Amino acid sequence: MSVVTQTEPVAADKTAPAREWRPPSYWPFVIPALVVVLAVIIFPWVFTIWMSLQEWKVGSPTVFVGLANYLRLPTDPRFVEAVGHTLSYTALSVVLPLVFGTLAAVVFHQKFAARGFLRGIFIMPMMATPVAIALVWTMMFHPQLGVLNYLLSLVGLPPQLWVFNPTTVIPSLVLVETWQWTPLVMLIVLGGLAAIPTEPYESAQIDGANFWQVFRFITLPLIMPFLFIAGMIRMIDAVKSFDIIFAITQGGPGSASETINVYLYSVAFVYYDLGYGSAIAVVFFLLIVALAALLLYLRKRLLWTSALGSDA
Amino acid sequence: MNPRQILGQIGLWLSVLVIVSPAILFFLWMASLSLKFEIDNASYPPVFFPEHIAWKNYADVFASNRFLTYFANSLIVTGCATGLAMLVGVPAGYGIARMAAHKSAIVILIARITPGLSYLIPLFLLFQWLGLLGTLVPQIIIHLVVTVPIVIWIMIGYFETTPLELEEAALIDGATRWQVFRHVALPIAKPGLAVAFILAVIFSWNNFVFGIVLAGRETRTLPVAVYNMISFDQLSWGPLAAAALIVTAPVLLLTVMAQRQIVAGLTAGAVKGG
Repeated sequence: MSVVTQTEPVAADKTAPAREWRPPSYWPFVIPALVVVLAVIIFPWVFTIWMSLQEWKVGSPTVFVGLANYLRLPTDPRFVEAVGHTLSYTALSVVLPLVFGTLAAVVFHQKFAARGFLRGIFIMPMMATPVAIALVWTMMFHPQLGVLNYLLSLVGLPPQLWVFNPTTVIPSLVLVETWQWTPLVMLIVLGGLAAIPTEPYESAQIDGANFWQVFRFITLPLIMPFLFIAGMIRMIDAVKSFDIIFAITQGGPGSASETINVYLYSVAFVYYDLGYGSAIAVVFFLLIVALAALLLYLRKRLLWTSALGSDA
Repeated sequence: MNPRQILGQIGLWLSVLVIVSPAILFFLWMASLSLKFEIDNASYPPVFFPEHIAWKNYADVFASNRFLTYFANSLIVTGCATGLAMLVGVPAGYGIARMAAHKSAIVILIARITPGLSYLIPLFLLFQWLGLLGTLVPQIIIHLVVTVPIVIWIMIGYFETTPLELEEAALIDGATRWQVFRHVALPIAKPGLAVAFILAVIFSWNNFVFGIVLAGRETRTLPVAVYNMISFDQLSWGPLAAAALIVTAPVLLLTVMAQRQIVAGLTAGAVKGG
């Protein structure tokens, strides 16, 4: 990264021309980071778009093919299937952590001994190295020796094939994803709970509302903006989920858990079809943006109050 | 305490227990797997507390020829990527906060949304063209994709809350912008620096996707090394679980020790790498 450190003084000299009331003397602070962001974030983006218009395979000459890579997508059954897997995986991986995370936040909002320490334990799944936990989950999913089937047998349920069966593989992976990311939802909702004033609760108590009524009619509406943020973040992360899926199933059995991200990996770095891979990357990004826009639209439709500062 | 309060306390502790048990049981089971001989790991019903503890699993992991190399690789990649990110990201966060250039946050948002793999295709070609594959440099550079946005994002939030009065006073006294930053703003922002540093370290350390593409046999980081162990000795669970625990132990320790900072950082920006 010597490039970055070298450009710093040069760039600092260049920023002399002044704006009116606020001198632009803060620019030198930003320029090194700007160089890095241009190099590792903006450049890859522009280059990806350009590559997506080429027939670009490692080892053969590149040819400009226009939108051919994009037109190939809807006719590629593996891609279409991957979109379906991604959407079902994402839907489950948003809803379940939202439900469990909200419940956990309500509990962590109470006062009890060692709360900070237990909160630290609770967030361990999302901070732990995904590959390491994926490895242990793989062992736990083992149909003969896995501890999960043993636990099922304790409550009288039949053993499952978990990630080894095409019909249960996505729910099983969602189980891991939910276990891993419920803590993030909890933290965001907990922040929301901390911002709620106490007056509504006091008047509810006077009116004799029970626990469920208080939650349903006071807490839930007031934490809606935070649930929305949590849902948005969860959606973005679930769509992009890679480590867990790749380390546990590599998209299998067959292609039953192959999401767009996993397929993208195969196209780009197993088949080395970089042009087509770039087209997938662009469409994938647009899909995430579209889903985010859809959520924003839904929020507007539902007229959730943003009084509690949902613009984080 | 009246009976009702006692009941409430019991209910509360039961709920706490239910909520934290998936995390606790998982990591205990991980530790249990890593401390058992194959005969215990392959028995049904599963053995939770083995009669003989297999410390040998850990010894095996450290003795395996390249594990220490991979450990050093992880330290170098995470250390450099985090250090560089702090070096460029902290001043940037300061500049953006003071210029109130909120639009620039869009770039960070885009970086947050973009799947890690889409950076890999162009950067892979670039590194190949520069002849850097086979060294740790590509991984250090690409980890900046994770660490720089985290640091900038958290530091913007932090510098926005630090008081301006002191800085203005220093400016009036003739200090330069840089001196103000170095001697007034930075010391106040220490807690923010800690948050940014910790999160950048964790997400860089955990990163897997960049490594599987860019790392060669000699340049693997720990997550990639562990992933490769799965395919090679799938049947010996003890050493595998031991390796997994060694890889993630630094992060888990950091999480429990610095949970306050981590919680502050995650709720402020809700950033995550990759």
